[in-house]
Amino acid sequence: MNNLTITQARKDLDEKKISSLELTKSYLETIKKHNQELNAFITITEKEAIVQAESADLRIAKGQSTPLLGIPVALKDLYMTKGIRTTAGSKVLENYMGQYDATTVMLLKEAGAVIVGKTNLDAWAHGSSGENSDFGPTKNPYKTEYVPGGSSSGSPVAVATEMTLAASGTDTGGSIRLPASFCNVVGLKPTYGRVSRYGVIAMASSLDSIGHFTKTVEDNAMYLSITAGSYPMDATTPPVAVPQYTKNINAGVKGLKIGVPKEYFIEGLDPQIKSMTEKTLGWYEEQGAQLVEISLPHTSYAIEVYYIIQTAEVSSNLARYTGVRFGHDRTFFGDEAKRRIMLGTYVLSAGYYDAYYKKAMQVRTLLKQDFEEAFKKVDVIITPASPTLPWKLGEKTADPLAMYLSDIFTVHANLVGVPGLSVPMGFIDGLPVGMQILGPHFSEEKLFQVGHAFESANPIWKTRPELKTEN
Amino acid sequence: MNKYTPIIGLEVHVELKTQSKMFCSCSADYFGAEPNSHTCPVCLGLPGALPVPNQQAIEWCIKIALALNCEINLFSKFDRKNYFYPDLPKGYQISQYDLPFGKNGHITLKDGRKFGITRVHMEEDTGKLMHQNVDGVKTSLIDFNRSSVPLVEIVTEPDFHNSADVKEYLQALQQIVRYLEVSNADMDKGDMRLEPNISLSTNPDLSKLPNYKVEVKNINSFRFVEKAIEYELKRQEKLLEEGQTPPQETRGWNEVKSITFSQRVKEEANDYRYFPEPDIPPIIHTPEKIDALRDSLPELQNKKANRFVTDHNIPLNDAEILTRERSLADYFEKAVEHGLTKNVSSRQIANAIINKKLNHLEITLENLISDIAEGAKVETLDDSELAAIITKVLAENSKAVEDYKAGKESVIMFLVGQCMRAIGRKVEVSLIKTAIENSLKP
Repeated sequence: MNNLTITQARKDLDEKKISSLELTKSYLETIKKHNQELNAFITITEKEAIVQAESADLRIAKGQSTPLLGIPVALKDLYMTKGIRTTAGSKVLENYMGQYDATTVMLLKEAGAVIVGKTNLDAWAHGSSGENSDFGPTKNPYKTEYVPGGSSSGSPVAVATEMTLAASGTDTGGSIRLPASFCNVVGLKPTYGRVSRYGVIAMASSLDSIGHFTKTVEDNAMYLSITAGSYPMDATTPPVAVPQYTKNINAGVKGLKIGVPKEYFIEGLDPQIKSMTEKTLGWYEEQGAQLVEISLPHTSYAIEVYYIIQTAEVSSNLARYTGVRFGHDRTFFGDEAKRRIMLGTYVLSAGYYDAYYKKAMQVRTLLKQDFEEAFKKVDVIITPASPTLPWKLGEKTADPLAMYLSDIFTVHANLVGVPGLSVPMGFIDGLPVGMQILGPHFSEEKLFQVGHAFESANPIWKTRPELKTEN
Repeated sequence: MNKYTPIIGLEVHVELKTQSKMFCSCSADYFGAEPNSHTCPVCLGLPGALPVPNQQAIEWCIKIALALNCEINLFSKFDRKNYFYPDLPKGYQISQYDLPFGKNGHITLKDGRKFGITRVHMEEDTGKLMHQNVDGVKTSLIDFNRSSVPLVEIVTEPDFHNSADVKEYLQALQQIVRYLEVSNADMDKGDMRLEPNISLSTNPDLSKLPNYKVEVKNINSFRFVEKAIEYELKRQEKLLEEGQTPPQETRGWNEVKSITFSQRVKEEANDYRYFPEPDIPPIIHTPEKIDALRDSLPELQNKKANRFVTDHNIPLNDAEILTRERSLADYFEKAVEHGLTKNVSSRQIANAIINKKLNHLEITLENLISDIAEGAKVETLDDSELAAIITKVLAENSKAVEDYKAGKESVIMFLVGQCMRAIGRKVEVSLIKTAIENSLKP
């Protein structure tokens, strides 16, 4: 199964070279073999997956072929799944049984996907490294003493290690783009509202984007064609048409205007990542794209604004977890959740609201204007996905502020609502490095074209981690 | 004159009778339903669930605001009101904070005085707590059928200075929401919940409000509001006389003892940490849409009563009775139209409906008009016959006639009964009564 993509698996399934059951069993086998070491999954849904695979095989036998029919996928354990434990990575929901399927889960099931399990994450999606999970940290498969990035920590690891062909995640401040970059996979944070949030446990409702990880850009585009759309259970999904995102993926980058924001190439950015990004930009220029230096003048405020708005919404969203009707009581919240509840409660309190929350919302408007101005001049913006390489487990856990700063290049897109695609760019010291491609609202098709162009010429993704054969 | 002027404002919650709840598709018609049978992930506040606003409820809220002469915020939004209570499954109530649908309105009472409406906003109801003994154990149970049923909150200015005006306002408000057909406004079903804010002012300038106010929560009858206000005014006056300022607090109403009691003083007041509800985009209306809603408002009671006086030539008193309920007013107007063909006047119809206390839901228009027409025949055709019968009955009942003349006026009905028996047909009672009275006049 090495380096199998959804596109290839689809072909193999349709040509009956392999059955969904065989495919599914092979992935379940890998999970069983490596999960103990990598801790990518909280729950493995073997029984359900076998049933779904068998049913997919029946449909394939009848000549049906939909893009995800019989394809093994995994879900971040923030996605509500009926009859399957849904923990949010927190002990509070340690034994919580999902009461209904999230809209995306329903869409994936309808498309015939086989769900192999629920992946690990920072509890309540609070974190950038996966280390805040109450179920133990996930390990970076390229160097297991390093973090895989977070909060969607298990999903990219599962994709990188052939435990699944694709995995869902959520991105509130970089929780898809950062771990994708750390694990050498492709990760998309769609436009806010492009994919329904219904049934995905809320972290910060005005920032949460529902995206996913795949090995290649093409797979990623295909997956979004299934999950995107306006759905009645989420009032923030506008009726914008969903294109076949793979259709024009080979459009190339000739004549494309790429914005390079000067505020992102600053002190604090790892010099090796800086030069790799410049090399990548150089490659685009060689292909006929035009590089344009731009300014996003309020960038330096983004992280502050983010940690006010995000914590405010977190403090409200976590209020329902009282243990009165379900789950454990509040003493089961971890330190990071408690920290955010306290910060959020403070910034919303009478007497502080104007100085913090209201001011942050005003700056958020300025941040939006930064992007509006920029996208008058350029088609996309390219930046590194992370200012640093993956760090060692435990390195930043004692310093929450240092951890918060790892999102410095990603939070901006969440505050503004624009999409961002993380695409593998190369390796430094044996650790993966990704770039971030940003575009205007609902420009995912363009992002896929730009990412696919680079990936086709530079198939970094094919460098898979070497896993220990036996535990 | 009393040196204290009562300063009273009101907050009224009206539950709308939409088919579905405010933020999900569960049925909002929960009265008498099996507990927790009208629930879903949204109104149970389960992890991951999201609210989607009910457009009908928003339109109805705006209609109420328009009927109360409010300005409408074309750009409006929902906000989260954060507080903990077991009947509030999300840990916050979705309400409206700084941009309510309606603001700066007024209502005009019968004598023409105007009372200010501060705001009209939309929110969701909570679940219901029930404390019971279950298998011998004191248990608190929660029924979420009511959770997220649409509520409209109507807040007045502190313009009221006595409980009688308050009662008239509440009756007028109840009539308005019933006329709009947006709420049943049944007090005993909790469709209308009343919260007066009460204080006493010693300042001759009433625009300067007292430095405290007492809120009495969740009263469910107009009479109790009157009583609670009267009780509070006495209680506060006593404190003021003793040189104390009554504490700013929330009080409850004990309907058995007819007293208010302290529930929460200001120091313990909640900080609700309002912020814009991120799950619901701002609600934006065009002026055209609001104009269309305004045009769709039915004629309200006040206006209708006045029109009945001029259009149908009936006394204002009668017009007010006939317009108490919109369905009765509509019935009357249809009857008037129907009566034209049968030579039955609007006055006759009004009399028939009011005097006989007809249940308009049970009597068809045809029957009503033909009954009146029948009754009228006595008057027009058989004046002389009636006179003859009366003369005969009076002669046969000289004792009763004497009693009547001696001041025992109640015997008149006995004489009426005798006449009716002699006539042997269904006739207008009031007609016979008047004729007898006339012939007995000295």
